[in-house]
Amino acid sequence: MKPIRIIGRSIRDAFKSVFRNFSLSMASILCATITLLVVAISLVIAGNVENATKNLKDELTIVVYLEKTATPDDASLIESKIKEIKNVNEVKYKSKEEWKLEMSEYNSSFGNVFENYEENPLMDSFTVTVKDVNSLEDIANEISKMERVESANYGEDTVNTIISVFDVVEKVTVIVVIALIFVTAFLITNTIKLTIYSRRNEIEIMRLVGSSNITIKLPFVFEGFIIGLLGSLIPVIVTIYGYIIAYERLGGHIITELIKLIPPYNFVFIIALIIAGLGALIGMLGSLLAVRKYLKV
Amino acid sequence: MKFIELKNVNKTYSTGVTALADLSVVIDKGEFVFVIGHTASGKSTFIKMLYREEKPTKGSVIVGGVNVAKLRNRKVYKLRRKIGVVFQDFKLLPKLTVYENVAFALECLGVSASEIKPKVLKAIEIVGLKEKTRSFPHQLSGGEQQRVCIARAIVNEPKLLICDEPTGNLDPDTSKEIMKVIENINKDLKTTVIMATHDKEIVNRMKKRVLLIEHGVLTGDYLKGSYKSHEAH
Repeated sequence: MKPIRIIGRSIRDAFKSVFRNFSLSMASILCATITLLVVAISLVIAGNVENATKNLKDELTIVVYLEKTATPDDASLIESKIKEIKNVNEVKYKSKEEWKLEMSEYNSSFGNVFENYEENPLMDSFTVTVKDVNSLEDIANEISKMERVESANYGEDTVNTIISVFDVVEKVTVIVVIALIFVTAFLITNTIKLTIYSRRNEIEIMRLVGSSNITIKLPFVFEGFIIGLLGSLIPVIVTIYGYIIAYERLGGHIITELIKLIPPYNFVFIIALIIAGLGALIGMLGSLLAVRKYLKV
Repeated sequence: MKFIELKNVNKTYSTGVTALADLSVVIDKGEFVFVIGHTASGKSTFIKMLYREEKPTKGSVIVGGVNVAKLRNRKVYKLRRKIGVVFQDFKLLPKLTVYENVAFALECLGVSASEIKPKVLKAIEIVGLKEKTRSFPHQLSGGEQQRVCIARAIVNEPKLLICDEPTGNLDPDTSKEIMKVIENINKDLKTTVIMATHDKEIVNRMKKRVLLIEHGVLTGDYLKGSYKSHEAH
């Protein structure tokens, strides 16, 4: 019974003191609101950068051409060999006849050119997608060594540059988000410290009447939780509505159609959850750190 | 019956200042003891050691059979539940009423609401503040605020009441009233009282045991009433 009573009392007191010390609580809440808003925006940007780079990377493929003399049996043997290679995602076969048909349909002048040949001048091909773009080069090399394979290309130089640029962009966004979270934690913790400083008398009395450290900490931890959660309210609303509206206005992509935005549903809710969780967690930890300072026994 | 025993207690602060040197004393259950001495004589350190606000550098401090000096930090709260402390500056919570200030001590300990009410009302009655239960500290006089502080200290029925200059901020008449309240608690509830004070007038009038601390050394231990006669000699 006793622990439940203590927890119940802590929650009640936490709510009470948020309102009793309203101006100080408001300062902490506003601090949390502003910093979490910045974190929310940076998370949305980081999520989209990550998504765009991933989409572009997924479009990177290896095109494998078979020698003209390759038979359908050769093709299926090569296909199964490619599938056995580690990190290969998907292998799509397109015969030279299919190429011919597709090209003729695309432009009739191709059809005229093909008519001049007795035999189909094109080659059977595979389009290979990979699970990890960093293995693109190794896989392409391995395939090009196979018998009956004419070539295996993936756009070498351009692709290598794109991959390294993407890697840098991803790392930078992750670092920026982490740095922002630290700054947020620091700012919120410090404002909460001010709130608690004004109540060090209360903590001293609690100590002297024989409250255990945990019972002293609890109401402050709950208070930090409430402040963090209230502080995340506006950022959460702005993220959800702001992103949904922005997504619709922009038509789901930004600058070019190649850079697609993440569809809002689920994405905004995940960001909202992260922001609310972050607010609550930082509020709790901030309070805990601040109270500990006054808990010398 | 022995209740408090200090044996060869030394306290040197990290600044190098020696607050207490080789202090030994025994206090029995139910006694009323004054601790006197000049500012910075070490009497505050002596008092603080009893509720483990300070730890001795050497020696042992036994309160109710427990060696406080060896008590682990996370167990200290158990000791403090048996001790009530009254301060010169009251330390009341300004936004709580008299009732809430006294109840606060029990709420912190997780006592149920049904138990809190009678205990708080009884403590408020003992200190004579029945009419002011719903007042806030700023609506009370200094003496009344000190009474609230005493009520809060005794609400959990402690075996030991420690008073650190409780009349330091009060006029002589109010001081007398406060001393009456403390004396009654000592008599009626059989609570051991240890009180640090500067007020010679109170010490002389009340004729209780007196410990005189000078420069961190216990230079006198006067039994009931003998302190005044000693001064007169």
